[in-house]
Amino acid sequence: MARLRLATVWLGGCSGCHMSFLDMDEYLLELAEIVDVVFSPLVDSKTYPEGVDVVLVEGAICNVEHMEMIHRVRSNSRVLISFGDCAVTGNVSAIRNVLGGALPVLKCSYEERSDPAGMIPSPNDIVPQLLDRVVPVHAVVKVDLFLPGCPPSGPMIRTALEKVLAGETIDLMEHHLSFGGYGRPRNSEGSSTASSSSTAPS
Amino acid sequence: MGQRIVIDPVTRIEGHAKITIQLNDDYTVADARFHVTEFRGFERFCEGRPLWEMPGLTARICGICPVSHLIASAKAGDAILSVRIPPAAEKLRRLMNLGQIVQSHALSFFHLSGPDLLLGFDSDPTKRNVFGLAQADRETARHGIRLRQFGQEIIELLGGKKIHPDWCVPGGVRGLLTDSARDHLKHRLPEAFETARYALDLIKRLLDRYPDEVAAFGNFPTLYLGLVAPDGSWEHYDGLLRIMSSEGTILAETPDASGYRDLLSEAVQSDSYLKSPYYRPLGLAEGMYRVGPLARLNLCDRMGSPLADDELIEYRQRGSRIVSSSFWYHYARLVEILACLERIEELIDDPALGSNHLRAQAGVNSQEGIGVSEAPRGTLFHHYTVDENGLIRSVNLIIATGQNNLAMNAAVLQIARHWIKGPQIPEGVLNRLEAGIRAFDPCLSCSTHAIGQMPILVQLIAPDGSVLDEVRRS
Repeated sequence: MARLRLATVWLGGCSGCHMSFLDMDEYLLELAEIVDVVFSPLVDSKTYPEGVDVVLVEGAICNVEHMEMIHRVRSNSRVLISFGDCAVTGNVSAIRNVLGGALPVLKCSYEERSDPAGMIPSPNDIVPQLLDRVVPVHAVVKVDLFLPGCPPSGPMIRTALEKVLAGETIDLMEHHLSFGGYGRPRNSEGSSTASSSSTAPS
Repeated sequence: MGQRIVIDPVTRIEGHAKITIQLNDDYTVADARFHVTEFRGFERFCEGRPLWEMPGLTARICGICPVSHLIASAKAGDAILSVRIPPAAEKLRRLMNLGQIVQSHALSFFHLSGPDLLLGFDSDPTKRNVFGLAQADRETARHGIRLRQFGQEIIELLGGKKIHPDWCVPGGVRGLLTDSARDHLKHRLPEAFETARYALDLIKRLLDRYPDEVAAFGNFPTLYLGLVAPDGSWEHYDGLLRIMSSEGTILAETPDASGYRDLLSEAVQSDSYLKSPYYRPLGLAEGMYRVGPLARLNLCDRMGSPLADDELIEYRQRGSRIVSSSFWYHYARLVEILACLERIEELIDDPALGSNHLRAQAGVNSQEGIGVSEAPRGTLFHHYTVDENGLIRSVNLIIATGQNNLAMNAAVLQIARHWIKGPQIPEGVLNRLEAGIRAFDPCLSCSTHAIGQMPILVQLIAPDGSVLDEVRRS
């Protein structure tokens, strides 16, 4: 049987979702046995290939390059997973939407907080133009699966990936679908959040 | 002008970047540049937010080193509350920061740069990654993965999650180290020490295997900047801000970060979202400095823990008192992992951690605060002003990676000039340009922030310090 082709894409986000992907820890060794990672910030391919079976997309659509990329990703991939809150809702990356578009935000960073006053980097074929409105992935292309969380936890990503790679439907457990820690005791003795179950030495 | 080569994207780094190489008609390198292509604008959208939200919000700048932002932000908050935080809270913040340095350095060495170092710079690009490493050398990959896991577990056991825990706050922290967590870490420590040893043995062999890369991966004199403890030993959370010349002379040392604007200026390039800080008193041409593991090891008098002290002595015997090759960042990172493990071992048994007094309570007592700490990649500054209700008026962030921008550009140019010898550029040469950037372990999620505008200057500097060539961009 041909190995499945997995990709991960990082658009407008902090890479926390990719770090959480790495938090699958030793499952990465198993993954290396069963899939080819054909495109990812973690590997060296420079163009998004054709015939991708499953792709995890981190981040919101923030600039013209993201826009171009997400269309290519969609047309070349069978299952597209919106990976983490920036991809799912826009989240922190979209905070600038209520501030009047890209220019005021750029002005703040490059001119107002400047000593002496600076200039805004000029978009061209190297530095991409920012979009005035940051949008989640599904505002641009069809999304097959949403993995929420800032970031989604390693065990949650693993649960989802195992199911998708096996061609099964995903039925995340309750603790994968609720997070934020409210209503749960914090770090009181004996009930440290989730960690006792997920990090106990196996 | 001859052809332009673009490497897009630069892979196996924590960020969105490109490298451009401009060739002359005779295929010699005219210029090479490193560009950062991502910008989100935190400085603007933090305005109006409550001070209390800032650690959790600024953590989202970066998924690799969220703890650095948590800590620097909380320290800026401490200054605005004008409090001294409880001793247990400082020690717990230190513990989390140490965990983060371990996980981040393990990521850099094993997951990101390991494939170049262990499989070879010219090896098959489809296999030259952590998954290929797992297939070629499963045990090494497993060690690396588990060492990073150990660092991430410290963060999770304290803060409730591995990435973006909302745990540091102005005035202290929000949770302690439980007995079961301490026992778990004790159980994991011996293996972590073994892996650190294994990696140190590995890097010493690799330095001999790659003499060309050691000589040309950004090997030039610069200034160095970072924190040191009051007794001159290695420091990661607090202490004196020290700036050192390329010969090891201390140019400035200040216990008070509030003067950072007198020390640092930032230049803006038109072709990158990453600004270029330099040491203000010497100007842009002479003021290039480096931060991070290489700088911290150059700056400190000693590591301050037994095993790491021995390693530092050996490091300086193999190199020199002041090491200037950026390839040595890899080695410096591993010495720091060992130092962190020793400090973690000591800290988790500290009886002071048992205190339930973890937060100092206060309102807004100052309308300005600066927080500085050492992120894995170097010194991080958070500078806030607030109104009388604690709502943010302005934010300035100076990020570790940005401070290496001038040096990264100089490194790219040095590598291009060393390896590009004609119209045919093999893939392995392009990979070396990226690997030179990887040695700095840049975290570009963090580093797109801004001040100032200056023409950019890239110099090619000989090992003796003479300027062979320079390119100006205005």
